[in-house]
Amino acid sequence: MLLTLSWLVPLAGALLLLLVGNADGRRDAMIRWLAFGVSLVTFAVTLSLWVGFDSASAEFQFVERYSWIPQFGIDYFVGIDGISLLLVVLTGFLTPIALLSSWGSIERKVKEFSIFILALEAAMVGVFISLDLFLFYVFWDAMLIPMYFLIGIWGYDRRVYAAIKFMLYTMAGSVLMLVAILGLAYFHSAAMGSYTFDLLELYSLDIAPEAQTWFFLAFTLAFAIKVPLFPFHTWLPDAHVQAPTAGSVILAGVLLKMGTYGLLRFSFPLFPEAAAYFAPWLALLAVIGILYGALVAMVQPDMKKLVAYSSVSHLGFVVLGICAMNIQGMQGAIYQMLAHGVSTGGLFLMVGMLSDRRHTRLIAEFGGLKAVMPRFTAAFLIMTLASIGLPGLNGFVGEFLIMLGAFRWSPGFVIAAGLGVILSAVYMLWMFQRVFYGPVTHEVNTTLPDLQPREWAGVLPLCAMALVMGVFPTIFLKPMEASVDALVRQMQATQTLRVENPTDRRLHIINQSAIAPERVARQ
Amino acid sequence: MIDSPFNAIVPIVCVVLAALAIMAAEAFRARDEQMALGGLGIVGLIGAAVSSVLLWNEGASSFGVIVADNFGLFVTMTLVIIGILTIMFSSSVVRRDGLPAGEYYALVLFAVAGMIMMATANDLLVIFIALEILSLAVYVLTGIRRDDPRATEAAFKYFLLGAFSSAFFVYGIAFTYGVTGSTRLDRIGTFLAAQSMSESPLILVAMGLLLVGFAFKISAVPFHMWTPDAYEGAPAVVSGFMSTGVKAAAFAAFTRVFLSSFEPFSMDWAPIVWVLAVATMILGAVVGVAQTNVKRMLAYSSIAHGGYLLVGLIAANQVGKAAILFYLLAYAVTNVAAFGVIALLGTREAGNDELRDFSGLGHARPALAGLMTVCLLSLGGLPPTAGFIGKWYIFSAAVSSGYYGLAIVGVLTSVVSVFFYLRVIVMMYMSERNPALAVPAQVRGVGLAALVASVIMIFYLGVLPTRALDLAAASISTIF
Repeated sequence: MLLTLSWLVPLAGALLLLLVGNADGRRDAMIRWLAFGVSLVTFAVTLSLWVGFDSASAEFQFVERYSWIPQFGIDYFVGIDGISLLLVVLTGFLTPIALLSSWGSIERKVKEFSIFILALEAAMVGVFISLDLFLFYVFWDAMLIPMYFLIGIWGYDRRVYAAIKFMLYTMAGSVLMLVAILGLAYFHSAAMGSYTFDLLELYSLDIAPEAQTWFFLAFTLAFAIKVPLFPFHTWLPDAHVQAPTAGSVILAGVLLKMGTYGLLRFSFPLFPEAAAYFAPWLALLAVIGILYGALVAMVQPDMKKLVAYSSVSHLGFVVLGICAMNIQGMQGAIYQMLAHGVSTGGLFLMVGMLSDRRHTRLIAEFGGLKAVMPRFTAAFLIMTLASIGLPGLNGFVGEFLIMLGAFRWSPGFVIAAGLGVILSAVYMLWMFQRVFYGPVTHEVNTTLPDLQPREWAGVLPLCAMALVMGVFPTIFLKPMEASVDALVRQMQATQTLRVENPTDRRLHIINQSAIAPERVARQ
Repeated sequence: MIDSPFNAIVPIVCVVLAALAIMAAEAFRARDEQMALGGLGIVGLIGAAVSSVLLWNEGASSFGVIVADNFGLFVTMTLVIIGILTIMFSSSVVRRDGLPAGEYYALVLFAVAGMIMMATANDLLVIFIALEILSLAVYVLTGIRRDDPRATEAAFKYFLLGAFSSAFFVYGIAFTYGVTGSTRLDRIGTFLAAQSMSESPLILVAMGLLLVGFAFKISAVPFHMWTPDAYEGAPAVVSGFMSTGVKAAAFAAFTRVFLSSFEPFSMDWAPIVWVLAVATMILGAVVGVAQTNVKRMLAYSSIAHGGYLLVGLIAANQVGKAAILFYLLAYAVTNVAAFGVIALLGTREAGNDELRDFSGLGHARPALAGLMTVCLLSLGGLPPTAGFIGKWYIFSAAVSSGYYGLAIVGVLTSVVSVFFYLRVIVMMYMSERNPALAVPAQVRGVGLAALVASVIMIFYLGVLPTRALDLAAASISTIF
């Protein structure tokens, strides 16, 4: 019941708000508090999931299962393991902050805005907890609707274009995944005699290599667009830049992780052989993304766009870690997902604060803010350093683990990715220098107010989290350890099975070239 | 129920009686007397619904040419829902636009009677008669606003092309009779099953001609030319009625004829229908993008939806047949409601059906805009709406018959079509209302009730489809 509550509470909150009459915005304040309260309750629910979670077990926990559409073997089937647990908590953590950030910037249609944010939260949590592919797809697609409205109604000048682009790009990828899901269920019915969308059952389905390739590509395209992996990233700068601050925070903090989560949960374990075959290519795209994102970020005049491109770069690391398909790489990838959610979420939040004050986000419009807003500068610096991956802050742990994992797999990629780390220091620090150091170049900037109490409430938890995640990574690594271990074993087991019975020559070659050294040794 | 040879036609009789009662009432009505003529129609339709429920699983058959099997009854239910929603939406439109109420409601009911007959007919000639009954009624409904040149043009165009397609259909019947010696579907099926080894070229001609006739009615490309003009010219309520009712009836008969009688020749017709389906989906979605009139846009959208239904027909498995039924229901509820919103927005002088007329509707009439958004998202096939389950069902039928290509074309064109549904949403929520435009009248009463009922059904079918899926599956188990 607790797990269902984690998405039902925000949805119920959204429906409740729908009933509140709010002509001419006279109940705006009440609605804001109500939405904030609902999101806090949701956060409490996700935290209680963590408290009740047994880290020693790799099993799915808090499992709930009810028959939903029995004709197709579709169940309402939810459960979390260590991987999804942390992402659910991240969602619960970021949503109240996003709502808080909107208090200063969203003036019109507060009720609708709050409804969409809460609906979005419900859909996001749903994506992370679904263990039935149909249910997963429903949440995955339903999530588009509130995000579309958030960008399209409350965004900046080119919001409509950005909203439609976001929606169509994501849909184009996900409908192909829909066909693949249907194909999978059909394969299951051909082999076992009944339709099922049960993920755990489909894991053990033996799929011919040819079909695996197509299914893998269909699933991975959907996730690659979401991540976004180069060259499918072009929707991201538009969506990020045009979205209101709260939208950007959630988009960067949670939505992008749905792509990498999908790779981890669906693409790789469902089709391990195809994954092994394509992993080097995906890693190549990831590394191109790391470098390309960093280089493009460097030349952006707009802070928000800079942070958006830095996401392309950082998410490239996550994909690289997943492609390594070993424990370090996977753990690093998940850690980086969380860390990126916190630090990039924080950066978008604070860029939004600057933008609220000056109604511009151009770096050239600022300069010397350190003298005017010292506290803001300090917080921004923490987030900047966290994003770069300074040891002691959250970004470091993930990147380090990813590099370690990737190195054991294929050192070539690590060299290129390492270059990306250096570049990230360049573009982030250079932006920081231009915005905060030097003399105040624009007269208007001398009177900018420093962090307000309400803004503190958003910034402080993020900074604290960045520190905690940097200094005590075990807190977060512990719950995911057993699950990641099981995931990696599961993928290796399927591959080993194939190597022992090399029915297909092509696959044999793949296994020779693409499997990490230690796995070959074990065989 | 009493066992009599008339059982299977009871639903049709109920509707016809209601239509006759309306005509009689109209004749005795004083000039300015208000009468709940629509209410009479709803009573008749409810009668049809009740008798269908009683006939469920009975397998009644009247004179061998009308069979009330579950398949036909499911479509009958769908048609009853379409009819009731149409009458509810019409109530405010008829008064506002000064339409002749008696004729209007009677024609709607006659059309529904024809549709039910077409869905339950078991004889090619009866299908033809039913087709003519519903077509004639719908031609007149299209042009019922006699003072509007666009409506007249639309009606005339629809009539000419429709008559043309009827000729094809009759020719097809003639050839079929020539080859098989019968117009009864079951006899044709038995004859062809025995003959399927030695193909006669004449039967291919017959099939081709029947196919053209059906393709006209379901507006499959390249026989779709009349659709945008007819839907744009007709009053919005009527467009909603014909885009769903005619399609449902035609698809029911199409499925019956091609998946039972002509089933042995599916190797011959399936590739042709495959091409039709792909062309229909692509053209409907792509040309829809270029439209600036919402009615015209929904016309192209309904063409595209016809294409998805054809996918279910080609899949030709149990899933596909049930999927057609479910999709027809989901699409009917959604599309009638979407046209209903346009109808409620219009005024006597102006249709208010251009895209720009929707600008800022989200502020001016939030409830109406919200309900319209749900309809559009359902048409686009987004969860958790009826349209999503419908698409899911249709494409799973295609995939389980191995038609991956068809499924991929289907889902990709549905993304294209989402683009134009979004354009309406963009207009409603993301652009400011032109101050020159009058704020549309507040929607209340029966029209609003119809809209709310449709949206509830859209969500019900989208979230808890089990019951409807069961019914659809049970419907196809009796025949085929």
